[in-house]
Amino acid sequence: MNDDPAYTGQTFKSVGTRPLRPDGVDKVTGRARYGADFTMPGQLAGLVLRSPHAHATIKKIDISKAEALPGVKAVVTSQDLPDVTGGDRELLPILENCMARKKAFYDGHAVAAVAAIDMPTAKAALKLIEVEYKVLKHVTDVDKAVEPKAPVLHKDCFTRGVDPKPEKPSNVAKVSTFGHGDVDAGFEQADVIIERNFRTEQTHQGYIEPHACVASISPDGSGDLWVCTQGHFVFRQQCAQLLGMDVSKLRVTSSEIGGGFGGKTHLWLEPVAMALSRKANRPVKLVMTREEVFRASGPTSATSIDMKIGVTNDGRIVAGDATLRYSSGPWAGSWAMLGAMTAFACYDMENVKTTGMEVLVNRPKTTAYRAPSAPMAAFAVESVLDELAKRIGMDAVEMRIKNAAKEGTQASYGPVYGPIGIGPSLDAAKNHPHMKAKLGKNQGRGMACGFWFNFGGQSCTNLNISMDGSVTLTVGTIDVGGARASLSLCVAEELGIPYEQVKTVIGDTGTLGYNEMTDGSRGTFASSMSAIMSARKAIDEMRHRAAKMWEISPDDVIWEDGHARAAGDTNLPPLSIADIAAAAEKSGGPIAGHTQLVADGAGVSFATHICDVEVDPETGSTRVVRYTVIQDAGKAVHPTYVEGQFQGGAAQGIGWALNEEYVYGEDGRLQNPGFLDYRIPVCSDLPMIDTQILEIPNPNHPYGIRGVGETSIVPPLAAIGNAVSNATGVRMTHVPMSPPRILDALDEASA
Amino acid sequence: MSMLVSTTVNGDSMEFVCDASETLLDSLRDRMGMTGVKEGCGTGDCGACSIMLDGALVCSCLVLGAEAEGREIETVEGMSDGSKLHPLQQKFLEHAALQCGICTPGFLIAAKALLEKNPDPTETEIRYALAGNLCRCTGYDKIVRAVQDAAKVMNKKGKKA
Amino acid sequence: MQYIAPEKISDAVEALSQAKGSVHLLAGGSDLLVRMKGGFIEPDVVVDVKRIKSMGKIKKAGGGFSVGGAVSCAEMGDNDALKKAWPGVVEAAQLIGSDQIQGRCTVVGNMCNASPAADSVPALIAADAQAVIQGPKGERRISVAKFAKGPGQTSLKAKELVEAVELPKRPAKSGDAYLRFIPRTEMDIAVVSAAVSLTLGAKGVVREARVALGAVAPTAKLVPAAAKALIGSKLDDAALEKLAAACAAACAPIDDKRGTIKFRTRVASVLGRRAALIAYERAGGKL
Repeated sequence: MNDDPAYTGQTFKSVGTRPLRPDGVDKVTGRARYGADFTMPGQLAGLVLRSPHAHATIKKIDISKAEALPGVKAVVTSQDLPDVTGGDRELLPILENCMARKKAFYDGHAVAAVAAIDMPTAKAALKLIEVEYKVLKHVTDVDKAVEPKAPVLHKDCFTRGVDPKPEKPSNVAKVSTFGHGDVDAGFEQADVIIERNFRTEQTHQGYIEPHACVASISPDGSGDLWVCTQGHFVFRQQCAQLLGMDVSKLRVTSSEIGGGFGGKTHLWLEPVAMALSRKANRPVKLVMTREEVFRASGPTSATSIDMKIGVTNDGRIVAGDATLRYSSGPWAGSWAMLGAMTAFACYDMENVKTTGMEVLVNRPKTTAYRAPSAPMAAFAVESVLDELAKRIGMDAVEMRIKNAAKEGTQASYGPVYGPIGIGPSLDAAKNHPHMKAKLGKNQGRGMACGFWFNFGGQSCTNLNISMDGSVTLTVGTIDVGGARASLSLCVAEELGIPYEQVKTVIGDTGTLGYNEMTDGSRGTFASSMSAIMSARKAIDEMRHRAAKMWEISPDDVIWEDGHARAAGDTNLPPLSIADIAAAAEKSGGPIAGHTQLVADGAGVSFATHICDVEVDPETGSTRVVRYTVIQDAGKAVHPTYVEGQFQGGAAQGIGWALNEEYVYGEDGRLQNPGFLDYRIPVCSDLPMIDTQILEIPNPNHPYGIRGVGETSIVPPLAAIGNAVSNATGVRMTHVPMSPPRILDALDEASA
Repeated sequence: MSMLVSTTVNGDSMEFVCDASETLLDSLRDRMGMTGVKEGCGTGDCGACSIMLDGALVCSCLVLGAEAEGREIETVEGMSDGSKLHPLQQKFLEHAALQCGICTPGFLIAAKALLEKNPDPTETEIRYALAGNLCRCTGYDKIVRAVQDAAKVMNKKGKKA
Repeated sequence: MQYIAPEKISDAVEALSQAKGSVHLLAGGSDLLVRMKGGFIEPDVVVDVKRIKSMGKIKKAGGGFSVGGAVSCAEMGDNDALKKAWPGVVEAAQLIGSDQIQGRCTVVGNMCNASPAADSVPALIAADAQAVIQGPKGERRISVAKFAKGPGQTSLKAKELVEAVELPKRPAKSGDAYLRFIPRTEMDIAVVSAAVSLTLGAKGVVREARVALGAVAPTAKLVPAAAKALIGSKLDDAALEKLAAACAAACAPIDDKRGTIKFRTRVASVLGRRAALIAYERAGGKL
């Protein structure tokens, strides 16, 4: 069997078409079951008590009154979730975040939870829990947190990644540095250097479905968890470890997922639900309210970025140097590192240096949000590049074309690129009709580029051929936006059968080996590679079965157009999959293909966005009036859903650029934990979002597939900033570019 | 205080018992099994729980279950005609107007309410009419196109009849 | 919690009188249920007024209109006569939340919630609307301009409810308009808002005017100086300048998550001017 993942260069029959998605009818009729739509027999209602303080020592928790309330079946605190992580640096913060231990680190941090026979009882019980806090000084701002006098969150936090090890603890958890060349020498060659500080505020993924799960832990040490997640295998692994269970004894079933965008890659409620269930000895359902989602689940980082770039008068970037501070919540993440890696990834630079600092603050634990950390870095880089182009009198697109990375370029974060799409996306932008369209009064046009790595990793799939010849593909990656259609298309392509004969399902953790999450735009890339290999194995098996049926050598059976054919000049009629499947009982039993692999070589992804805005000079209000996304998708398996990813990312970026932000009060409490004041774009805020798909095959995938999901959120902040600058003449350095900030900038410019 | 409420959901008479403070959203989901009605916020800001209540488009999270007494409710579960999808459902599928799908029931109900009132809306009218329904996946582009296309199909049918 | 849905005003007043503990009126519920959900209130009794027939109607009254306390904003938008006479009031009512919210919410509820940012209230004040109040002592009337006492505070006494709001008779050549500033295009609470109602005399000269601002003080407020700036003018630049200055001078806003003092003050002037121009055009004035 051919298990070579290399690009085949084949022409496609199924891949690239646009059939209806297999989960569609359930989703338009209300039948699809999401996290909160599942009920177990005997299920209890759970609720979580959360800290009202941004930073406080928990002196005492008295649960006796709550436990005594009739109908209450369990009350848990951190004592019911003892630390069994054995010092695991990744796991312990997850546990500490799910349930505060000695300290509450942010407004909304869970401190206790109850399970009761119904919601009114659970609510009443929550009020009977008495928590004695000692309120501590807090810090929520990323710049203030690095000041010498800032309250330090963890006394044992000594900055990692610096030599020598600091003598004092601080809120800078980690420093990561990337780059090559000599930036000082580079700036010497520059004719123009621009140096600016940029700030971006904290945003939330804003998925419409709040976190929800139902946990049932049995006294025999086994358990079931129903949950909306981007990775049920990862959830199983971590939950079992945190609860001290054998991993294989916990079965996790993923519900349909009502949006994640990175926010459902992380545990928030699940270990708590399991602890409640273990204590109550009954299934427990936990569902977050929207307020809890905002206060206590995965926002992205707030950032403060010092950006310095130098160019020669002919538009060559000679040096770039950036220091990027990313808020990480109360525990270290890799957010600044990702920002430092992605910042200059679009460009071919001789001298480049980036320094990322993970900054701890009294805000909820940061988690991934679509191309995590890249949009903020791109905002800074692409804003300065636009300004530099203006200063030297060069067209912004031309300057980027001149500096674009290409095959063979050493990326600023280390590796050497294969075939990539930044140059082609810029050429496409240059030639796009949008670039030539006329602008109206108070309007301006901006463009910007973006990059995302894309991930690969562990995948495991089963492909089973039924007796009628129809095919079930079982995968372990969550379908967040149409992947089941794409994977069915790939299997149909490989087997040579119609799409309608392939059903892709997402198996629970009992059905497959470990699968990494649907993150890093890996779902379709990695699972399709595994699915194609499974199909190839099944084809191999079917060739052998056909050989048996024909009583010829398997070497004389070829596979063509979904049929086994005997090689050479024979009278043997070709056998369809249905023919072979029907005879399976006599030829060796069920026919299947199973694959486990580590998908390497996820092709990197680049995009260029063009955007027109109109700014009301009297109110500072900004409307996006036209938007175009150009992105390299590798092979677009289901182009409609590729467009959907492009459009969705752009819309999220537009919201981030203009209106979305966490607002904290002086008291360290989140002031806008709801969709009323955390303003994601509504339908009337946006224009149609035009898309252009470029298909530069990924050499490391049989069909040339790359990840497509994330890159589209990277350019919008800068594209809008540049458009606002071209509309008004002011350079916006603080995101969101809300009306008061734009009016202030206009005032400053006219003063 | 518990209340016994008699109501009509998608043409069927139903009775349920709920606490007087329970929302109709919870009653629909937990007492009547209509989990197609989704909770995204519970405060009327996302539209995922949209239903028709006596012909008015409302957020069921902002209605008490007790208020449903004697009233008629339509949810996404009652939208198709047997196995035949409503044109809006069909067009949402064809245009890939859903990715995760959690907002879809609310959008379908709101779009149906719009087209019943205004069978031939402009793009702007569609966008404003659907502003109470948040979608975080699609950027709304394909949703608006699906509604435009459904309106076309429904108007053609209307003319034939 | 007890839920009561009386069918007569007198029964509602009786229910309010009999109720023990915290009692809340339910009209559209778009504020009440949000507060219940957030745990800000835990009512002992909720009195739903939507089954009171007289409160569910828009009636012509005294040459003007009476909008019942249970009439949804969507129903106001469906009433062509009302829309024609008071387009600014109706557009204000139809800016509250989404179509879904408008299917439930009422302008009386908006008034009783007494938020300084309530959308319909500045328009009602500019329209010189009156609230019709029922209570144990019978009926009384109060100008909407005087109804709110502060954020969340109204001049309703215990056991009283607002049966309807009355809009006066509209003279010929009149127009009103309401504008608000929000960061998005829909679904937000007004950061600042302005309503203008005008009646023109001969040759397009403004004869009467009322200007009200929202979200710039503890309650939505009437700004007589702004009205005065318009009266006698044809909305020339000088009059509009004066109006803008009067609007700014009337502002005493706060800094909060939705806006700053500076922004609110500045944009109040912009909106006052823009609303005046729309109202003027609606009144048949030509610029």
